[in-house]
Amino acid sequence: MTNDILVFVEQRDDRVHPAGLQCLTPARELAGKTGGQVVACLIGEGIDQATAALEQAGPDRILIVRDPALKDYSALRYRTALAAAVEHCDPKVLLLPASFMGRDLAPRVAMRTGAALATDVIELTLTDDGALDVVRPLYNGKATCHVTFPADRLAIASVRPNTFAAPTGGSAAQKEEIPYAPAPGDDRITVKEVAKTGGDIKDVTEADIIVSGGRALKSEENFKIIYDLARVLDAAVGASRAACDAGYQPHSRQVGLTGKTVTPKLYIACGISGAIQHLAGMRGSKTIVAINTDPEAPMFKVADYGIVDDLFKVVPALTEEVRKLEL
Amino acid sequence: MKILVVVKQVPDSTTNIKIRPDGEDIERDGVKMVLDPFDEFAIEQAVQLKEKRSDVESVTVLIVGPQKAAEALRTTLAVGADDAIHLLDEAFDTLDELQTAALIAAVVRDGGYDLVLRGKQEIDLDSGQLGPALAEALDWPHVGAVTRLEVAADGKSLAASRRIEGAEERVEVALPALITCEKGLCEMRYPSLPNLMKAKKKPVKTLAAADVPGFAEVIGRVGGARMHRFAPPPERPPGKILEGETAETVKELVRLLREEAKAI
Repeated sequence: MTNDILVFVEQRDDRVHPAGLQCLTPARELAGKTGGQVVACLIGEGIDQATAALEQAGPDRILIVRDPALKDYSALRYRTALAAAVEHCDPKVLLLPASFMGRDLAPRVAMRTGAALATDVIELTLTDDGALDVVRPLYNGKATCHVTFPADRLAIASVRPNTFAAPTGGSAAQKEEIPYAPAPGDDRITVKEVAKTGGDIKDVTEADIIVSGGRALKSEENFKIIYDLARVLDAAVGASRAACDAGYQPHSRQVGLTGKTVTPKLYIACGISGAIQHLAGMRGSKTIVAINTDPEAPMFKVADYGIVDDLFKVVPALTEEVRKLEL
Repeated sequence: MKILVVVKQVPDSTTNIKIRPDGEDIERDGVKMVLDPFDEFAIEQAVQLKEKRSDVESVTVLIVGPQKAAEALRTTLAVGADDAIHLLDEAFDTLDELQTAALIAAVVRDGGYDLVLRGKQEIDLDSGQLGPALAEALDWPHVGAVTRLEVAADGKSLAASRRIEGAEERVEVALPALITCEKGLCEMRYPSLPNLMKAKKKPVKTLAAADVPGFAEVIGRVGGARMHRFAPPPERPPGKILEGETAETVKELVRLLREEAKAI
C-alpha cells in the first residue's frame, strides 16, 4: 500500500461533475498527512475536456481509463475500470463523490478490492495510528457518527457534494493511460437510452442552488413563479412531498425522506412548512432561506434567513431583484 | 424463476432519535421499528411479478437482524412472499454493511435465485451500500434506484428505467441480476386480513453463524469500518428574520446572500 490518495472524478459527456473535483480538497489534506500524492482517475470515452478541467483542480497525477465501451456508466464496466486504477496505484484511500454514480459504484469497488467503506462523509482525518476517520450524517440527518477504518486495508469514502470547495489554479499534471481490460460478463448491462429530462431546468441533485415550493403554491400553474426565480439563479426546482402528492410537480423533483436528499449551496424554501420528512432531505444545505406566512413554521428553525410574508409577493420581487444583479 | 427480496427493519421515520450516553449507538429501547419504506416497493414488485407471470416459482424474503426483525418478515409474508430466511445471531449485530452483504451472498449464492430485489437505500444508515455490494459479491449485474422494471418474456433479461442526475436512463440487463427499488416503482397495496392470518403459517428458516460455512473467512475479507461516537446533528446557528415591507426585505435578503453567505 502506498501513501497516495486516489480520487474518482466522475464525468458524463466529457463534463466533470463538480462533486468529483470537490473531493480533491480533502484528498490534498489527507495526502499532506500521509506524505503521498493526490492521484485522480477519470473513466470514459474521449474525455479530453474533462481531463483539462481536472488539471485546473491540481492533482499530482491523472490516471485515464479510456474506451468506447466506457461511454455510458455501467456498474460492471466502471467497477472493473476503477478496480484496475486501484490496483495500478495501490492507494491508502479512495474518495468518490457521493453522487448517484459514486454511491452506486463505491460499494462494488469496495467489495471487489476487499476494502472498507463509508458513505456520504462530511469530515475526513487520519487517526494517530494512520487510519482514516470520517464523520457522516445518518438517520435522516437526525444524528452523525464517526467511522474509523481498519489501517491495514484500502479505505473508501464517498464525500457529500458541496461539503468542500473544489481547488483551483492547478497546472499540468502527469498523465497515465490505463487500458480497460473487460472482466468476464462486463457486457451484461446495456445502456439503451439516456434521455435528458427537465428541459432548461436542472435536476435537484446536480444544482448548486435549489428553489423549492410547497403546498402553499396551490396549483401547478402557480409554480411558474418558482421556475422564474430558478431561471435567474440558474437553479433547480424542488418541491415538498405535499406539493408532489397534490400533482403540482412530478415526484422526480421531490426533496425529502422518500424523495431526494440534496446539499446545495443555497436552498430557498417557498411555502414549505418544514415537516421532518422534508427537513431530512435538505437540512445539509449550506445556506437555507425560508419564505412563509406562518412565523411558527419549523422551516424557520433551520433557516439562515427568513421572511415572514406572502410568497406570491416575495418570490416575484426576489426574481426581479436577482435579475438586476445580472448573474 | 426464483425471486429473493432482501429487506431491513429500521426505526420508523418519524421516531425521535436519541443517542446512548456512551455514544456507541442510538438508544434502541422503545423505538418503533418498521420495514424499510424502500423495501416495501421491493416486496410489492416481487409479488406483482409472481401474480403476472406463470414462470415465477417463489418469492423468498431474507432479513439480517435480531429476534424483533421477525416482525418485518411477517409483514412481507402478509404482502405475499412464500417463505423467509432470518439470519439471526449476535455475531451478525456488529457486521458493517459490506460484511453483511458478504454474509448474505454466502447464504444465497447456491439458492438458484434469478432476481434479487432490495430498496434503493436504508432510511436508518442512509447509505445504499448493501444492494450494489451484494451484487458484486455474487458477481451479478445490478441497476440502482429503478423506477420501472419489466422482465423479458423469456425470463432471461430485464429492462429497467431509472432517473439519474438530469436524465432518464433505460438499461437492459441479463439475469441473474439485482435491482434496487426507488419510490413509485409499483402501485402499493395493503395486506388483507386473510393474508395476515396466512402469513403466520408460512415457513421461516432461521440461520446462525454456525450454519454459514467459513463465516469468519467470509466476513474477514472485506469491510470493518467501525461506527462510533454518535452525536446529535450540529445545531444550525439561529437565523435572521428579515422584517419590513416586501421590497425592503427582498433587497436585504439579496444583499445578505451575496455579501454574508456568498451564496449567489
